[in-house]
Amino acid sequence: MASERSGRVRGIVETVVRSVLPVVLALIAGGIILAALGKNPFVFYGAIVENGIGGTNWEDSLVMMAPLLLIAVGLIVVFRGQLWNLGSAGQYLLAAVVVTGIGPWALKTLPAALAYLLLAVAGAATAAVWTLVPAWLKARFGTNEIITTLVMSTIGAGLTNILIENVFQDPELNTPQTSEIPIADMLPFIPGTQVHVGFVVAIVVAIVFQVILSRTSFGLRLDVFGASPKAARHVGISSKRMIVLLFVISGGLIGLGAAMDMMGEWGYLRSNWNPHYGDAMIPFVFLARLSPVGSIPFVAFYAVFATGGTIASQQTGLSVDFLSVIVALILIFMTITEYVGTKRRLGQSYLPDELKNTVRIPFARLASRSAA
Amino acid sequence: MDQPAPPLIALRGITKAFPGVIANDDISLDIQRGQVHCLLGENGAGKSTLISILAGLQSPDSGRIELDGETVRIGSPKAAMDLGIGVVHQHSTLVPALTVIENLMLGERGLLQNRARAIARLDELSGLLGARIDPDAHASDLGLGQQQQVEIAKAMWTGTRLLILDEPTSMLTPQAIDSLAESVERLTAEGLGIVFITHKLREAYTMGDCVTVLRAGRNVGHISTERMAELSEQEAQRTILTAMFGDDLAAAGGLEEAAELAGATEAERETEAVDFATRPVRLALRGVSTAGSTLDAVVHDIDLEIHAGEILGIAGIDGHGQTALAEVVAGQRPAASGAVTLDDVDVTGLGVRGRQTRGLRYVTDDRLHEGTVGSLSVALNLMLKRIGQAPFWRFGQIDREAVDTEAMNLIAEYGIRTPSSATRAGTLSGGNIQKILLARELGGGANVVVVNKPTYGLDLKTVRLVHDLLAEFAAGGGSVLLISTELDELVELSHRIGVISRGRILGVVVNDGPTTAEKVGELMIGGDHDGE
Repeated sequence: MASERSGRVRGIVETVVRSVLPVVLALIAGGIILAALGKNPFVFYGAIVENGIGGTNWEDSLVMMAPLLLIAVGLIVVFRGQLWNLGSAGQYLLAAVVVTGIGPWALKTLPAALAYLLLAVAGAATAAVWTLVPAWLKARFGTNEIITTLVMSTIGAGLTNILIENVFQDPELNTPQTSEIPIADMLPFIPGTQVHVGFVVAIVVAIVFQVILSRTSFGLRLDVFGASPKAARHVGISSKRMIVLLFVISGGLIGLGAAMDMMGEWGYLRSNWNPHYGDAMIPFVFLARLSPVGSIPFVAFYAVFATGGTIASQQTGLSVDFLSVIVALILIFMTITEYVGTKRRLGQSYLPDELKNTVRIPFARLASRSAA
Repeated sequence: MDQPAPPLIALRGITKAFPGVIANDDISLDIQRGQVHCLLGENGAGKSTLISILAGLQSPDSGRIELDGETVRIGSPKAAMDLGIGVVHQHSTLVPALTVIENLMLGERGLLQNRARAIARLDELSGLLGARIDPDAHASDLGLGQQQQVEIAKAMWTGTRLLILDEPTSMLTPQAIDSLAESVERLTAEGLGIVFITHKLREAYTMGDCVTVLRAGRNVGHISTERMAELSEQEAQRTILTAMFGDDLAAAGGLEEAAELAGATEAERETEAVDFATRPVRLALRGVSTAGSTLDAVVHDIDLEIHAGEILGIAGIDGHGQTALAEVVAGQRPAASGAVTLDDVDVTGLGVRGRQTRGLRYVTDDRLHEGTVGSLSVALNLMLKRIGQAPFWRFGQIDREAVDTEAMNLIAEYGIRTPSSATRAGTLSGGNIQKILLARELGGGANVVVVNKPTYGLDLKTVRLVHDLLAEFAAGGGSVLLISTELDELVELSHRIGVISRGRILGVVVNDGPTTAEKVGELMIGGDHDGE
């Protein structure tokens, strides 16, 4: 019993280490790169913390978390089924353009609560519908969803621009953008803060999905399906229905994220604007082991990092793209950590066999030649 | 200096380890020209690994291989072929759509095909094997025995010194085994060395000149040619069995039981007789066909009836529609035409879950990837087909305590050896994983169970257990559709045996006497379309 408990504790410790270590290593490596560029990494990271948390800046970070967390949960659901929805950008933008397009009208004519609900549903439905084509192709023909979602994402982004310029264009402006939702009509703040209630929605959704995934029969079916489609078929889970359902949920949550972001933060959509939230979330949902609640700290980390980092890079004279460098470094260190962890669990050598053979074989050949 | 000639092939201290298991542990053995060297051992004893090493599919971690006294390195299958080592694998390697001669010429390396030379070589080999092989017959039209002759010809195509036969007899009819034995005799007379892998004692005794027994990766017993000639069959059996089971001999149920497990005697039915006239038909298939793209995914026009308390065996070479048959009964594969009835109720339109709740169960042959989810706990794997059902799920929410209690009951009842119910199923041994499947499918209101290759790859003790469970299930009134590629197993358990070939049931034999295996064999040959 004691050994079982200590085993469990060790398991938890290992999970935490495996999740946090890549981030720490990425920050260290990023610091070395900064130093090589002649910048003081401590100043840069300090500026990020100050601008991301200090003063009332933490409120900006929480505001940013709302769409990020909803998108992260949307990715987690579909990734758990071993399906790869990489088209979150297009789904987000289409949902955003529909919400900002009909938002000013809806908020003017309907009671506020009803209008928010309608817009949230409209955003979720739009993005969900946009996943139907890849989902159907995958379910019916087994078409690779990585390709179809990426293609549909590009089409979605283009369609968004067409809709902005031709349907929802603000007639009073020359720049291509939708009419603005008046500030007064936007989502209310959490009392005492400048954080809109979309943040609360995101947290609630993450907790609800945590329960669904870990405690319900649907969650278990999803795990079986994700682990082995063959086993899923064997126990009577319809893979077609599962594929379509997962994509629709994923799209729906991404669309909900867009709706919260538009109604709570932006109020309008410009042509060619694309925040690429989903792409940034992909490494973090894996670090969180595809757990919705587990992803909250990672999303918070990224939100602080992105909010503070944008200003910090300007202050230090760096390109904003340096933030992408750090995210990429996290991905690299995550891969290495996973590799080393797996090797350790299997009790194997840390060096890849191929690498060792590459070194060993020429010597062995040389030795046998000299022996002959 | 009159040294004896070096053996054809000598293995010296071959060791090969995989994560968590030493498959070959310091194995040394000699294979002589003109002799049949039998390699015996249970599943998992390390036979397959040793063959892979000889065939150039894997390299040993340490140890060396000598060919005619010279150390050689067999780094690839091509190197093995160049050294004259031919392997006849357990599974068919012929391309069904190609003719015999095309299949044989697949391994040729020249730019242009030389058909005339190939035909000449085939003639030569046919003479050697003592079999007539039509070069233009499609591989898919050949009977089992003939397919195997072609496989041997293919293995010997480039002039072989050593021929390895990996479990060649499991689905062969008694007639085909006799002709295989004849071929083997002719080949050894030509000076070939032959490695004959089997887990059946009586074959080892009748075909082998000498015997090596492997257990847990080690060479645990060798009977030399001279000793083999001295020993009577019974003495040889005792020696081999003691080596095969070691200290486990008592656990396997004594010498006699072990001998039976190891196929020392002719198989005969051990289940109680069933009077079909008084038993109602439980499961019936009427004109059932399926659509699919591979041979194994298609059955045509199947008519079958299984009575209460009956075990109906299905014999046939692997991949001839057995999977389709099992899946169309279990509800995993839709029937393109025809009807499946369970207790006179048409269930053709029902899926897996609908049939499962009516007591129709399926133990799949792919126990690792289809039957279980390795990353989930033993408890959840035991409940895999009852997800969402009360009392284990209430309002969609899992009641972990109820699941765990049920799992602990099943673990105790079926003797599943696992550290705890929360252990991940993927970490258990094959035998224990098979017990999970059986516990899940046979328990809780099962009436009819489809069992696909239930003992494939299991150790002999678990094989015994599986056979007992199935016989018990039938004795209690349950019906079993037993699909197997082991003729002995079918004869031992089934009341009737149907033969499947290319998706069709060629006929059904009542298993009521010592001639069943022969009758099944006649059906297989009779169904060979080429009239031989």
